[in-house]
Amino acid sequence: MTDKLNSYRNQPDEHGHFGTYGGRYVAETLMPLVLELEREYKAAKADPAFHRQFEDLLEHYVGRPSPLYYAESLTAKLRQDAPEGKGAQIWFKRDELNHTGAHKINNCIGQILLAIRMGKTRIIAETGAGQHGVATATVCARFGLPCVVYMGATDAARQQPNVFRMKLLGAEVVPVQSGAATLKDAMNEALRDWVANVDDTFYIIGTAAGPHPYPELVRDFQSVIGREAREQLMNRTGRLPDMLVAAIGGGSNAIGLFHPFLDDRDVAMLGVEAAGHGLDKEHAASLTGGAPGILHGNKTYLLQDEDGQITEAHSISAGLDYPGIGPEHAWLKENGRVEYTSITDKEALDAFQLLCRTEGIIPALEPSHAIAAVAKRARDMDQDQIILANLCGRGDKDIFTVAEALGVDL
Amino acid sequence: MNRIEQAFGKGHPALVCFLTAGDGDTAANLDALVEGGADVVELGMPFTDPMADGPAIQAADLRSLAKGTTTRDVLDIAAAFRSRHPDVPLVLMGYANPMVRRGPEWFAAEAAKAGVDGVICVDIPPEEDASLGPALRDNGIAPIRLATPTTNARRLPAVLEGSAGFLYYVSVAGITGMQQAAAGSVDRAVADIKAKSDLPVAVGFGVRTPEQAATIAAVADGVVVGSALVELVGEHGENAPTHIRELTQALAQAVHNARKDAA
Ligand SMILES: Cc1ncc(COP(=O)(O)O)c(C=O)c1O
Repeated sequence: MTDKLNSYRNQPDEHGHFGTYGGRYVAETLMPLVLELEREYKAAKADPAFHRQFEDLLEHYVGRPSPLYYAESLTAKLRQDAPEGKGAQIWFKRDELNHTGAHKINNCIGQILLAIRMGKTRIIAETGAGQHGVATATVCARFGLPCVVYMGATDAARQQPNVFRMKLLGAEVVPVQSGAATLKDAMNEALRDWVANVDDTFYIIGTAAGPHPYPELVRDFQSVIGREAREQLMNRTGRLPDMLVAAIGGGSNAIGLFHPFLDDRDVAMLGVEAAGHGLDKEHAASLTGGAPGILHGNKTYLLQDEDGQITEAHSISAGLDYPGIGPEHAWLKENGRVEYTSITDKEALDAFQLLCRTEGIIPALEPSHAIAAVAKRARDMDQDQIILANLCGRGDKDIFTVAEALGVDL
Repeated sequence: MNRIEQAFGKGHPALVCFLTAGDGDTAANLDALVEGGADVVELGMPFTDPMADGPAIQAADLRSLAKGTTTRDVLDIAAAFRSRHPDVPLVLMGYANPMVRRGPEWFAAEAAKAGVDGVICVDIPPEEDASLGPALRDNGIAPIRLATPTTNARRLPAVLEGSAGFLYYVSVAGITGMQQAAAGSVDRAVADIKAKSDLPVAVGFGVRTPEQAATIAAVADGVVVGSALVELVGEHGENAPTHIRELTQALAQAVHNARKDAA
């Protein structure tokens, strides 16, 4: 047993701080709402009926538990190029098999139940890749609430299928033109909507970032990933993994996988940011290439210049194309519990194709970053070691982007 | 009495005018505000992600940043203003990240050196005061807080605690430059605040015309006008000062005489 003082799992503190990160850096208009959400979330956490409803929907609507899959063929393939006796076993948590095709739905189910508890009648969200927008539109359709999704115009163009899916589900998709017209600009616009519609509107944030209590509640809703994975791997192998790997945009699928294992000191963890064109060029690796600052309600690592102006992120993956990161990751980087690395567009594209060919699974470009990191690490690990990676989304939405990157005319 | 106290102690409501630093010929535009009769000048620090601002101020921030405006430039604009106008209170308004980037102490000390009287930081609520407030107070700069229609009676004392200069009442839940609040709700809100605090209360968000300003000034200690002025810079560029002076004059006349006219 780990005592509380020595635990990595008892953050944030009562002010929503993860060490020096996190907090509630919002305009005064939003502050009373954020405090109300915190009270309501505390009450919901203590309410067995809330948990029952959440779990019931996850099982029967989302399709949980998602499988834990031993990727035997990928493991064998990577062992071909590994030194003698090396090449760890690779296991995937198959959250791409969830309803709507990514982990995002886990969080949306939790937040819409909170919204309903709070009597809110209108839902807004921001989206990058469109996966969170689709998941939000989905739960809004399911519960009969109107839904407005803000999406950067650049992202809307490169994720057309998801834009249409959201519309089919009855959501209004608002393309945002400001800045580079990607995820950060969508989040600005969602915040502007929220501040003008505080009475009736609930903002479903799509990642483990934003003002407290969002990073905490998104993490808690996504932690179903790590809890299931832990139990599944124990049942199948009788042991814990040696290393967890997950891609990081804002950090929700990663914290969802990592959090239940944080106090298992022998489990190494690797968060994978998007290195875009390269860390010396345009990228989206806030932890590796950024510095602490304040944006979108929290203190965390940000891509910014020496005056604190936010710089544009770049990744081939719209879901990772964000200049910030959830505050708990900033804390986990600083205390060294989790290692963070980055993968370029090109490496992710290679890993995308590798998984298609070896396992018959088309991954999203986001987890393709994790797969690329897995391939690099597996070759240095022993064959009896286990890497467990989060396959947090499927790649249907990305086939146009990939075709373009590969120079294929569809 | 400090400069802010003097501005609110003239026996008539104060006109508070906002412009974004580095947008257009800022020095000339600021001079036009003073010539037009502004009692307090708010200088916006441009930010890439002004999430509490509407289209007018967003555009001004982007225009300024596109010209390469740095934090140093903003401080230099402030310092030059102070030497031209030794008595007019100057308040910096902006977002947290540019203010804390080199450390709150650095920012507060530089702002003090530039002759800045107060700082309004949109996204540092009282709960996160430690990120900037102590550094401002140590340097003799007033941390000016915002209260809004969502700031309820239970919360108001926390907002007032540690505030100085004046209290900025945001009359509508929303972003800058959009709709205007009903006069009745502003009247009540200002009365509620004044029952709990001796600070002057300036009211802003959505005030565009002298008529609107007069209505607010009848019940508040000050009226803040931003987007309407910022739009003139966008529209007229280098020729903005004449237009800014004209609008400011009309606003100042309306605000300064609002009590007399209402009585
Ligand atoms: C499939 C998938 N994975 C990962 C992400 C990145 O978000 P997070 O880091 O919060 O998991 C996204 C975001 O859109 C996504 O769609």
